[in-house]
Amino acid sequence: MRVSVPDTSHHDEKGKGYPMKVELEADKCVASGQCVVAAMEVFDQDDDGIAILLTEEVGDDRLGDVEEAVAVCPAAAIRLVRP
Amino acid sequence: MADTLAGAAHDAADTAPEFPMPRASGCPFDPPPGLKELQEQGPLTKVRLWDGSEPWLVTRYAEQRALLGDARVSADTDRPGYPTKASAEAGEGKLSFIMMDDPEHARLRRMVTAPFAVKKVEALRPTVQRIVDGLIDDMLAGPRPVDLVEAFALPIPSLVICELLGVPYDDHAMFQENTKTMVRTTATPEERGAATREIAGYLAGQLAERLTGPKDDLLSGIAGRVAAGELTHGQATEMALLLLIAGHETTANMIALGTAALLEHPDQLALLRDTDDPKLVASAVEELLRYLHITHLGRRRAVTEDIEIAGRVIKAGEGVIMVNEIGNRDPRVFEDPDRLDLTRDARRHVAFGFGVHQCLGQPLARMELQVVHGTLYRRIPTLRPACDLADVRFKHDAFIYGIHELPVAW
Ligand code: HEM
Ligand code: SF4
Repeated sequence: MRVSVPDTSHHDEKGKGYPMKVELEADKCVASGQCVVAAMEVFDQDDDGIAILLTEEVGDDRLGDVEEAVAVCPAAAIRLVRP
Repeated sequence: MADTLAGAAHDAADTAPEFPMPRASGCPFDPPPGLKELQEQGPLTKVRLWDGSEPWLVTRYAEQRALLGDARVSADTDRPGYPTKASAEAGEGKLSFIMMDDPEHARLRRMVTAPFAVKKVEALRPTVQRIVDGLIDDMLAGPRPVDLVEAFALPIPSLVICELLGVPYDDHAMFQENTKTMVRTTATPEERGAATREIAGYLAGQLAERLTGPKDDLLSGIAGRVAAGELTHGQATEMALLLLIAGHETTANMIALGTAALLEHPDQLALLRDTDDPKLVASAVEELLRYLHITHLGRRRAVTEDIEIAGRVIKAGEGVIMVNEIGNRDPRVFEDPDRLDLTRDARRHVAFGFGVHQCLGQPLARMELQVVHGTLYRRIPTLRPACDLADVRFKHDAFIYGIHELPVAW
């Protein structure tokens, strides 16, 4: 069973200044636009509406927005990982 | 052993509650109390449909999202076990990719994702603002009371889809007349069928024109796929019709239902009337999407392989129904879920579904609703219902929940 609960295992890192790495699997993307709404500075869409990354590293200031993007992505195409 | 199993199955058949369930009288904005009870009892349970079949009803948010995101769950209405709706009404045929599975679903969907990208939709905002302002001008200049559904809620998405598809201005009146008939619940099935056929024929003609003279619009994009041999003419027409049907009645009912709910919650309406903060308007729209629910018959699917979930096994060939309206009231996810609170963070709602079929038009729907709710109460601050809410007729039996008419005055 693939459970689409957001991965919050990095929460212990929050506030310690480590940037996190965003990963995007573009072939899973269904062009919902949800990540762009959640984190405009990190995600954009290409000419076909498929998500692209504007940056791969996110610091504390944008972590919340990217976590929201991970949570709302309907296609489980976004992950936040420790670099 | 076999006997015991058969016996147990029979018992379940005797006790499985019926779905859909009635809403409580006087609570047109809340899910049926029966759904709430089922949600309290557990994440999924068998229910009985109109044809006697017994699919699983999934009532909790986490399990709904998990199943809608699972590739073993099929949207193909021809699959064994697919939970069918009560009757085959116009527009509920097999309609392009919404009833297909990947990879064909993804191939077709990706052909039309471009114009729905967030920034492309944002570029349409001034056009939508002009449409909304124009309709409000007309209402203010006309007689009172006026039916907000007819004068405001229905024309907005129809005009916006005309813009998006690229329907020439001269054809807007014909287009609106027919789309109105397609969604009017008082129309006979024959009238609705005729209107749908006329629009389908019209769209086919427009597509054919663009094969020889492409323009900068969505119909030209679809025609280009026909020219490239990626779509047949029939598939192209069906796709254009899907975009029209999926975006029209849904948005119109969300506008009408949202306004009615706000008129019932004047403190919340006042927040919108007194603000020019786009963030608050955006947040309000997400909360209205969470709190109200128009696709009340649920996301319906057939399971193609056994799936273990919440301590149970859903077997291949069984149906599942994810009722997102009750998922959006799951107290495990939303605090005090039955309260309409425009300032809460409601972004994780499942009003647009979840998984690969999640609404393609959602950026457009959001933008339209933001323009509507950011404009209507500011321009008509004294807007009020012109009848008792108890006298408003809600669309309990329609595929898309909503309001038949909403008389308003100011
Ligand atoms: C507030 C308004 C709207 C609501 C609540 C809504 C809701 C939904 C839902 C729940 C689904 C998922 C169906 C499923 O999983 O079985 C869906 C799919 C879809 N919607 Fe919307 N919708 C709205 C507006 C629009 C608009 C404006 C358009 C386009 C103009 C649109 C186009 C579509 C399409 C094409 C699909 C099928 C996607 C697929 O199967 O991949 N919708 N919508
Ligand atoms: S939220 Fe997911 S599916 Fe939607 S555009 Fe972003 S990556 Fe694609």
